[in-house]
Amino acid sequence: MAEVTLVEAVNLALARAMEDDPDVVVLGEDVGINGGVFRATVGLQARFGPERVLDTPLAELLISGLCVGMAVQGLKPVGEIQFMGFLYPCIDQLVNHASRIRNRTQGRLTCPMVLRTPHGAGIRAPEHHSESAEAMLAHIPGLRVVIPSSPERAYGLLLAAIRDPDPVVFLEPTRIYRAAKGEVEDSGEALPLDVAFVLREGRDVTLISWGAMLKETMAAADALAAEGIAAEVIDLATLKPYDEVTVLGSIAKTGRCVIVHEATRTGGFGAEIAALIAERGLTSLLAPVARVTGYDTVIPMARLEQKFMPSVDRIVAAARKACQFS
Amino acid sequence: MADGGLPVIARFEVRHRNYLAPDGSINRPLPAFASDASLLASLYRAMVLLRNFDRKAVALQRTGRLGTYAVSLGQEAVSVGIASAMREEDVLLPSYRDNGALIWRGVKLEEILLFWGGDERGNHFSGPVQDFPFCVPVGSQAPHAAGVAYAFKLRKEPRVAVCMYGDGATSKGDVYEAMNFAGVHKLPVVFVATNNQWAISVPLRLQTASETLAQKSIAAGFIGEQVDGSDVVAVRAAAEDAIAAARDGQGPRFIEAVTYRLGDHTTSDDASRYRPEEEVQARWKEEPIARLRAFLAGQKMWSKADEEQLAAECHERVEAAVERYLATEPRGGETMFDYLYADLPEAYVAQRRQLAGEGDG
Repeated sequence: MAEVTLVEAVNLALARAMEDDPDVVVLGEDVGINGGVFRATVGLQARFGPERVLDTPLAELLISGLCVGMAVQGLKPVGEIQFMGFLYPCIDQLVNHASRIRNRTQGRLTCPMVLRTPHGAGIRAPEHHSESAEAMLAHIPGLRVVIPSSPERAYGLLLAAIRDPDPVVFLEPTRIYRAAKGEVEDSGEALPLDVAFVLREGRDVTLISWGAMLKETMAAADALAAEGIAAEVIDLATLKPYDEVTVLGSIAKTGRCVIVHEATRTGGFGAEIAALIAERGLTSLLAPVARVTGYDTVIPMARLEQKFMPSVDRIVAAARKACQFS
Repeated sequence: MADGGLPVIARFEVRHRNYLAPDGSINRPLPAFASDASLLASLYRAMVLLRNFDRKAVALQRTGRLGTYAVSLGQEAVSVGIASAMREEDVLLPSYRDNGALIWRGVKLEEILLFWGGDERGNHFSGPVQDFPFCVPVGSQAPHAAGVAYAFKLRKEPRVAVCMYGDGATSKGDVYEAMNFAGVHKLPVVFVATNNQWAISVPLRLQTASETLAQKSIAAGFIGEQVDGSDVVAVRAAAEDAIAAARDGQGPRFIEAVTYRLGDHTTSDDASRYRPEEEVQARWKEEPIARLRAFLAGQKMWSKADEEQLAAECHERVEAAVERYLATEPRGGETMFDYLYADLPEAYVAQRRQLAGEGDG
């Protein structure tokens, strides 16, 4: 098996999906000859032609709306938004159309589209390029929100997203696009959606995260292990709908939970998980649920962004504190 | 010269199409289809049915048996004229005021009542299965039309997407983005703006400084035509030309149908707050149904007896539809989870059970 980066795994999955299914169409700004600003679509236009790998005008609302129209016609469009900060014009299409046309028409029309976008801070990008708006998307009924944290899961989950009969927003952790490397077999096999992955088992505290933050979260688990604290690490992977069973099962085992996300704190997806645990896992808890998150600020530009993002130290400190209860 | 003699590098024209004058007389030679008396009669029947249906829908709303409803009063010629030029395999992407187009394409009256009565089953309608439901967020269906047309082109299917919206929608980026893309790829799509002069209370002059809406397509690289939207012959003729050109691979077209909304924006609106009564009264003299009737009567193609028979038919058809609508039982609460996803994710099964009264919420 070849070792590839996360963004190369995205490219492998796109190529595989296009090879397997002539209805798969890739579209977005600069996805053609340029291969995408992060090179996620490199080589696809040469291989599959400009009609199936389509350079669109510079209009993000259009990209998402085109995907809806194509998907309703039975194509499987995979739209790319260059950075998450440019996804906001697509919200109207995602909320009002993509996510609900199956429900509005009682199954007469469906929308099997994927909208891909890089997610998150930490790459010293210009303003508006470092957004972590997954909670906003996860609030939309009828949508799926998926975020991989490794090349293997990027490949398998993207294939699953493209094959899924409903709309999926696929968030790609920009910070580990190239930093995350792993062996990926181009087998064409998808990984399951709506399912969390337990990356590491442990009895003392559950660390829950997704996307690029799993890098710090796993490092924190290593540091905690050196102190004799066995952390269980869950990669949530699909945020909408999310795997409540795995979350609650882990809390029942460890009695402690630290949720880690780089998005701002208030109304972040961590709040949803904390609420679930309060409602259905309270009797298992040995300590208050803790959140380690970005602050309730605009995600700062390069000079301050490291201060904004959860660090290994902040995660370790939160887990340590949780373990000091009882 | 004030421009320093700079050369003109581009000039553009916008044409206006009209055949029937407000009194039903003919302004110019009619298009070929107008020699088919039965076709003209069917256009007339469809417009009259729509007006009867509208009247009944408003009555139902006023008596608490229907939700907010958008009437077509005064602009019946647009949706009937456009839809009548489409083939069944074409795809309609309507706005919320295009009832007439849906009815022409086979959607049942009771299905439209169900929709405005607040029941999603109204969108699972009997028209062509790929037609889109009413689009409520203004202009947001235009990018869908471009996507649909792209799919037709990719699959080399001789089909056309027809997207309808109002004058207000032409102020939205969605509409321009879609038209621009359609122009780039010469897509088989026809955009139709029903210019009824008012976007709720905002008149056209506050909506745009553009002399016509038709010229907005020029920036997107294709032909825009202005048509008398109260002349169903003109609307149908323009639609026929545009749809044929699109089907023939000549790319998109844009039709601005200039008409007038004689009624309120919806049953929740009171147009007398912002619109002078004299203006409305003047526009009644141009309305499409009387105009076509005057023409047909002048050609001895329509009689008083025909009119009486049609009125009775419309009454019967509308009343029967209302009965079926009112007899449709509401669904159980748990059905709101139906069709949310292809398969209901495990995470929401408990919520569905709670709505079904099975507890475990």
